[in-house]
Amino acid sequence: MSLFKVDNISLHFGGLRAVDDVSFAVEKGEVFTIIGPNGAGKTSIFNLISRLYNPTSGTLTFEDRDITAVPPHEIASLGIARTFQNIELFENASVLANLLVGRHCHTTTSIWNELLFLPSVRKAELAHRRAVEEVIDFLGLQKYRDMLIAGLPYGVRKVCEVARALCTEPKLLLLDEPSSGLNVEETEDMAYWITDIKKDLGITVLMVEHDMSLVNRVSDRVLALNYGKVLASGTPSQVQSHPDVIAAYLGG
Amino acid sequence: MFDFVQQLVNGIAVGCIYGLIALGFVLIYKATEVVNFAQGELMMLGGFFAFTFMTLMGLNYWIGFLLAVICMALLGSAIERVVVRPILGYPQFSIVMATIGLGFFARSIAGMIWSTDDLKIETPFSESVTENVVRIGGLVIADDKVSIIVATVLLCVVLYFFFSRTRMGVAMQATSQNMLAAYYMGIPVKRVFSMIWAISAAVACFAGILLAPSTLIHTNVGFLGLKAFPAAVLGGFGSIPGALVGGIIIGVIEALAGFYLPQGFKDVAAYIVLLLVLWFKPEGLFGLKMRKKV
Amino acid sequence: MRFIFKTDYDQDIRLLKHSGYWWSYGVLAFLLALAPFVLGGYLLSQLVFVYIYAIVGVSLTILTGFTGQVSLGHAAFLAIGAYTAGFLQSLGVPFVVYFPAAAVITGAVGMVVAIPALRLTGIYLVIATIAFGFIVEEVAARWEAVTHGNEGMRVRTADLIAGINLPRDEPGFYFLCLGTLVAAIVLALNLARSPTGRAFMAIRDSETAAKSMGVNLALYKVKSFTISAAITGMAGVLFAHKLSFISPEMFTLVLSLEFIMVIIIGGIIGLHGAVLGAVFIVMIDPFLTLLKDDVPTLISSLMLAFGAAEQTAAGVASSIGDIGAAPGMKGALYGLIIIFFIIFEPYGLYGRWLKVKLYFQLFPLYKKATFKRQKTYVKSERNR
Repeated sequence: MSLFKVDNISLHFGGLRAVDDVSFAVEKGEVFTIIGPNGAGKTSIFNLISRLYNPTSGTLTFEDRDITAVPPHEIASLGIARTFQNIELFENASVLANLLVGRHCHTTTSIWNELLFLPSVRKAELAHRRAVEEVIDFLGLQKYRDMLIAGLPYGVRKVCEVARALCTEPKLLLLDEPSSGLNVEETEDMAYWITDIKKDLGITVLMVEHDMSLVNRVSDRVLALNYGKVLASGTPSQVQSHPDVIAAYLGG
Repeated sequence: MFDFVQQLVNGIAVGCIYGLIALGFVLIYKATEVVNFAQGELMMLGGFFAFTFMTLMGLNYWIGFLLAVICMALLGSAIERVVVRPILGYPQFSIVMATIGLGFFARSIAGMIWSTDDLKIETPFSESVTENVVRIGGLVIADDKVSIIVATVLLCVVLYFFFSRTRMGVAMQATSQNMLAAYYMGIPVKRVFSMIWAISAAVACFAGILLAPSTLIHTNVGFLGLKAFPAAVLGGFGSIPGALVGGIIIGVIEALAGFYLPQGFKDVAAYIVLLLVLWFKPEGLFGLKMRKKV
Repeated sequence: MRFIFKTDYDQDIRLLKHSGYWWSYGVLAFLLALAPFVLGGYLLSQLVFVYIYAIVGVSLTILTGFTGQVSLGHAAFLAIGAYTAGFLQSLGVPFVVYFPAAAVITGAVGMVVAIPALRLTGIYLVIATIAFGFIVEEVAARWEAVTHGNEGMRVRTADLIAGINLPRDEPGFYFLCLGTLVAAIVLALNLARSPTGRAFMAIRDSETAAKSMGVNLALYKVKSFTISAAITGMAGVLFAHKLSFISPEMFTLVLSLEFIMVIIIGGIIGLHGAVLGAVFIVMIDPFLTLLKDDVPTLISSLMLAFGAAEQTAAGVASSIGDIGAAPGMKGALYGLIIIFFIIFEPYGLYGRWLKVKLYFQLFPLYKKATFKRQKTYVKSERNR
């Protein structure tokens, strides 16, 4: 039983086939990477999984449950979290506030309790804070805790995106181009973190990536897309030596 | 039956005025994504300028018209330079509030300068000259209503071609979508903004002068501008033909509501239509549906 | 300069961050409690208006400041609260029942209004709320059975419990308004530090990210509207009692604009802004009276003292008096204030206060460019 399955999913915008009959399965505990040129439909697949788009046809199955019609705000409580390619953090809030929003799907308090701020709410807040602090320690964001996002450098914002997704305590983590815009050192750190997420936290990672060295380093399996269609699928070395993939994307 | 058609024509004429004001909204929105809540007040000022030139200074109607339009265009540029340019780039809410403040200010200053009484101007289409009516069958349509409709349609055609075919028009659309990129592409952004506000103020002036015979010139004429919002929304905020069509539809609905429905519905009819449009088709009849790509 | 050493997560959750706040708010509370016994009737009356405007300011801060939904129709909610109070009072319902009932009913209307508002963003929401305001104003004028139409409705003094009256000029009513304001502020602060408040702020900053983090946009927008409307409804009851006479032409677009001005002037970044803005707005009327009556004589006597001719001094005095008395002056002043605050003080009075505080805290290391506004370019908000 795979953790997450995509069956014959298609997304058509009028005549444009952003995603054309794509199928794959992600096993529990692995790092699965999707590669392909720009416009191949990789982020569209992520948007389909987060239910920000509705597929034209096909199904999505998570833990043997059909999630094709689930509304977008229920995806987080199911255990799927994502980061965004062009950072969607809350600009006017501190890092801590952003991460605490990540805990929203674990809210236990009702609005009446919150308006009066009963002791149960205070206890819940402290519990959320402790959970968030663990993620901050994991990713080394201590010194940025109280700073507003608007003043932070790009590399730190990328890490905050991942941190916020981790705060939801997901079973499946969708990383959209985690290393884009990062320098060599920051990409190294990202590679270590992805491996730690897989090994220490036991979270399955589904990733879109362009940096082939990062892909080779952390991925267990790779899927190559072009023009919305699947080109090849398998281990990193298998996909990278596939003639279609070399012709469409890798070159050389 | 004749009553119905009579109301229809009245509605179309009023609707053209709404359409002109809505056009002013849409022009500024198309170029700068700012919604100018002071458009109604600009229309009022246009009427007052016309009064100054035609009645106080005794000039010919057409010369007074031209002078008023030119003055309003200059005023529009000045407003853009002083009030709007410092706050471009702020969240939309701030700019909207600034234009509302501007409207307040304009209304009060007009009251202080020209007095708060109702003022009149003499036009070649006035009903005081009894031959100035058009008779079709048994219908009697006053000349000034016909002039409103004709002038509005002409203006809309001119502006539509300006925006879709000329370089300046396309440059204006580019500026509204991404100002920084427009700068990089060599578009004279500041000049574009000044021009669009000047054009918009001139359109408002048009509306004000065309409206003057029916409602007389007074400081509360600007409230008509609020009725133009439903028109702009109905037509879709980014569309020039939409503004005119929306205005006419709202004008007709209002006229018919005033005639056939009980008292009080006439005033809120436009707003009820607005809410219905926003509920069922927020992008309006001619607008485009937008969605962010993440 | 005070350095706060954090040892406990509780410190970030607490409302009063350090002992200095206990002192300053304590002194403020003491002064406000003393006010009805020390201040004259006119100032006390103005203070009550400040409280009522501040309560609406708090509700607008929750809706616009926290959740990012701009509303130019809050006068409508005030009207609903006021008319509910008047109507239920005429039916003989006691104050302790119709005060919360008005909040509940206004909240319910807010809930109904929120549902169509879910699909609307930015400028469309503003226009829809303006339309809502007009419709409520018209309904108030037409629904004569409940609201007595354009004749208006008399509201008798509040009857707290059998026998204890709260006439609008007595300290009792003053403390009722102050108490409601404090309750509203505490509710808003509790909201801000709880998951619901964070969800509101998430909706304001990025709806897409909020959706992906599990925030049900529809539910939270409705909650925000409901809470905001309910608080405004309470202010409406107090408003009705304060004026003891309500009619539809009191609840126009201009009143909604005054409420928005409260948060623009006060600053949208904190609840202090609501109170500061309310003080400013309520002070405009006395200021204009001052300009009309006292300032001309003051200026002319100053000019005489500096040796100006009597004619010119009298001329200047009368022209200043004329400006103050001109019929449109209030509107012009409103317009100028709005434009001034938006261009020069985007964070409002509270923002200015924080900047001044920072200056003194960092003295002498404060840099003039600390808050220099970066040049920003217009980016299309259609794709938010």
